[in-house]
Amino acid sequence: MTATANLATRLESVLGAHRVVAAEPELREYAIDGMVPGAIVRPASAQEAAEVARFAITEKLAIVASGSRSKLDLGMPPARYDLALDMTGLHEIAHFDPGDLTLSVDAGMPLRQLARMLAEKGQFLPLAVPCCETSTVAGALASGIDSTLRKQYGTPRDFLIGAEFVDGKGALCKSGGRVVKNVTGYDLHKLLIGSLGTLALITRLNFRTFTLPQAHGGQVACFSNLEGASAYRDAIEKSGLPLANLETLSPEMVAQTAAVLRETSAEFAGRLDPAKWCVYASFEGNEAVVPRIARDLQKLANEAAAAGSEILDAASDAHLGGILREAFDWLRWASPAVALFRIALPQSNPGDLANLLRVAQDSSLRAALLVRAAGIVHFTLFVESENESALHALENAAARVFSLAGAGHGHATLLHAPSKLKSRVNVWGPNRADLGMMRHVKHSFDPRNIFAPGRFVGGI
Amino acid sequence: MPASLLRELNSLLGPSNVLHKIEDLVLYEYDGSVEKARPDLVVFPHTTEDVSRILKLATKYNVPIVGRGSGTGLSGGALARGGGTMIVFARMNRILELDLENARAVVQPGVVNLDITRAVEHAGLYFAPDPSSQKSCTIGGNVAENAGGPHTLAYGVTVNHVTALELVLPDGEIVRVGSKHGDTPGYDLCGLFVGSEGTLALVTEITVKLTRKAEAVKTLLAIFDAVDDASNTVAEITARGITPAACEMVDGWTLCAIEDYIHAGFPRDSAAILLVEVEGLREAVEAQAAAVEDVCRTHHAREVRIARDDRERDLLWKGRKNAFGALGRLAPSNYVLDGVIPRSKLPQALQQIQSIGKKYGFSIGNIFHAGDGNLHPIVLYDPRDPQQFENAIAASREIIRYCVELGGALTGEHGVGMEKNELMPLLFSDADFDLMRRVHDAFNPDSSLNPGKIFPLSKGCGEIRVRKQAETLPAHV
Ligand SMILES: Cc1cc2nc3c(=O)[nH]c(=O)nc-3n(C[C@H](O)[C@H](O)[C@H](O)COP(=O)(O)OP(=O)(O)OC[C@H]3O[C@@H](n4cnc5c(N)ncnc54)[C@H](O)[C@@H]3O)c2cc1C
Repeated sequence: MTATANLATRLESVLGAHRVVAAEPELREYAIDGMVPGAIVRPASAQEAAEVARFAITEKLAIVASGSRSKLDLGMPPARYDLALDMTGLHEIAHFDPGDLTLSVDAGMPLRQLARMLAEKGQFLPLAVPCCETSTVAGALASGIDSTLRKQYGTPRDFLIGAEFVDGKGALCKSGGRVVKNVTGYDLHKLLIGSLGTLALITRLNFRTFTLPQAHGGQVACFSNLEGASAYRDAIEKSGLPLANLETLSPEMVAQTAAVLRETSAEFAGRLDPAKWCVYASFEGNEAVVPRIARDLQKLANEAAAAGSEILDAASDAHLGGILREAFDWLRWASPAVALFRIALPQSNPGDLANLLRVAQDSSLRAALLVRAAGIVHFTLFVESENESALHALENAAARVFSLAGAGHGHATLLHAPSKLKSRVNVWGPNRADLGMMRHVKHSFDPRNIFAPGRFVGGI
Repeated sequence: MPASLLRELNSLLGPSNVLHKIEDLVLYEYDGSVEKARPDLVVFPHTTEDVSRILKLATKYNVPIVGRGSGTGLSGGALARGGGTMIVFARMNRILELDLENARAVVQPGVVNLDITRAVEHAGLYFAPDPSSQKSCTIGGNVAENAGGPHTLAYGVTVNHVTALELVLPDGEIVRVGSKHGDTPGYDLCGLFVGSEGTLALVTEITVKLTRKAEAVKTLLAIFDAVDDASNTVAEITARGITPAACEMVDGWTLCAIEDYIHAGFPRDSAAILLVEVEGLREAVEAQAAAVEDVCRTHHAREVRIARDDRERDLLWKGRKNAFGALGRLAPSNYVLDGVIPRSKLPQALQQIQSIGKKYGFSIGNIFHAGDGNLHPIVLYDPRDPQQFENAIAASREIIRYCVELGGALTGEHGVGMEKNELMPLLFSDADFDLMRRVHDAFNPDSSLNPGKIFPLSKGCGEIRVRKQAETLPAHV
């Protein structure tokens, strides 16, 4: 018997044959940067997930949990990868109190399905993340990927109110609760956000929900250069107008966005000028608020001497907003090899952004810049193959991006990179002084290091 | 307490920053709660390095340490339950940096909450978390308790406004977590430390977000002849998805006490009032105010008044925020409880509180953050009567148990401290405690920092360093 078959047989004896898969083609679907697991397990309950964890402890195995597998390329490849734990079998709503705007939902619930159910009660969860057609709620949370509604609704830290999970001792644990305000015990659930499965197996998440806005709209304003676009953004921020989203697209980013838009609306795509810097603003509210914001933005765009500006109706706003929400997904496949950085800067001043573009110019790399809301920048470098010279150029560029971000009191991570680049560059950037504390946290949750070893910051 | 520790602290900080005489120490044996416990020494650091050195000395002499801001906490968090040295942050009260461009302030822990707003309001900014104690409580205490306030309904509690912390671990190591921006790769350590009640590390510097003042604001006072009508109004405001900036409820009995004291213009003959504030763009505020008024009328509000100007608005808020002081005039002591429930359960919770009050023979007032489901029943009692004190504690436990039965939690904003640590098993299992204890021990392995808090003594952290005589003595006996 092969090692894999052997492992699968032992697992089957714990969970039953119908929960375990060890067939080659399926195993490959769970590969992370080329690493293939020894078996796939599909628990149907939190208790079964806990049994898998206990099995892994006894057998000294490493588990990587996944949802729809849309973002397995985040982080470093695992140091060991024995079991792929597919959490999509846990997909019920445990509790929904529309009158209290609170929700408790199983880890594997697809976001789309959840959105439909909440919409029936006029509510939603502000996790507008890429791959939202397939993503599971826990996958979206654990990936730490940004929501395009972050400016208005914050990050999950602001609306996750509790969680249930299996810790690294194989015990079912919880923290927080189902009420919107709560300081009972340590807020351990906050640690799960963006933890990439390295702390625990999330089985259930509790959220506060929000009321769907009555109306929404958007604006696209174009500028001939970065300085113009930045000045406009500053003016918007100073005006205090409440926006749901605000993004600046470099000319290359406009071209790429237009190309995606063209697949569904050639007319709309034609209205985006790929020679310009574009600022996209999206806003929501009641029937009186939306036109008011639109008016104010048009006035600000005029004052900022925009080369052009256009108000988007709800349909166009949803269309363009949806494409930008998915940007992470389509950018990473937009050329044969892509390095996509996420840079968090206290303030995205034009100087820092110009420096990033200079990194690309110096290495003759094609680059797209997407300045997102809340100080997040997506900076993408495109190369035409994964040959040595391309990898070398990306490696050098990465070092410069990490140091530029650090100099601006921010930091950069690589959201996506060719697997070959990951063996040369740590996608998390240079270690920070708080790494020791992170290790303490990891060790408290997962003393045997069974969860996604090596995937996270500093080799955690 | 070893005499050499006192000597070393004196030479480290200077005698004016060290208290050791009983008559000085007794001032620090209370906080806002009903408990008391006396520290052996009280010290006032001025810098982070001072704090680090104090902790190193404490490790050397194996004495417990407890941090303290203004001592307004209501769960005994700042009491030296294990004796030892108390570090009071009152003299670390400087605002270190105002970055108005990026809406951030970097402050020392002893800065008083309202002073942050005072320092930035000229630029149209403010610090959003606004505990009713904001004129006296410190930002360090807010961080430790993850404090809320009336306006956290719309703007979130302290943790939603903190982006970075400088911490000193029990062994004296100085570390930083988070960043000015707020996002750092790795685990959200800021999110863990905020609300950890001073049991993992001491906070020596805090970076907070500043919020821009809204363009328009309207404050509504809705007056009801039945408590049920007021609570049904809150439930429906929530269910309709109207998110006011604040939604506070005061029952009639409490109102009378406030009126006698503050003359805020609250009607004495009503059963309850709601103080609802809506903020945002003018157009949004108009619509929300109309929607709130509509819900109030549907639930038989006798009258809905709208504050005409800032003066009227300030008066209403003064009435709300000084309510506890007003109640202090009615009985020798009051016990402010803090429970939280799903908002859809508000009407039944208020009924149950009244019947628990009757059972124990207390008048229980209610003045609370209704929009969050965060209850603050206030039990008025005479602490000189030991039976009354016992009954006050028993009534409070029954109320908190009922909150849990309704799907709620033990505390919405005041923290667990040494008030509710024995109630924790109502919510948490042995496995939950085991994990929380491992996290605790990762940072505070000897329980030298704030021992005897959060964890039930039977499920505590290693050796529980609590002196028996310090346990749950009523503060006023
Ligand atoms: C009249 C009144 C109204 C109140 N209203 C509200 C309200 O609306 N919302 C609300 O949330 N609370 C309220 N409170 C409770 C209290 O004001 C808050 O909990 C406040 O955050 C405590 O701040 P403090 O500076 O007084 O802290 P303290 O009481 O001195 O300490 C509280 C806790 O913080 C820890 N601590 C203090 N400083 C540090 C530090 N630098 N590092 C680590 N730990 C530290 C202490 O060890 C203790 O555990 C009210 C209290 C009163 C008396």
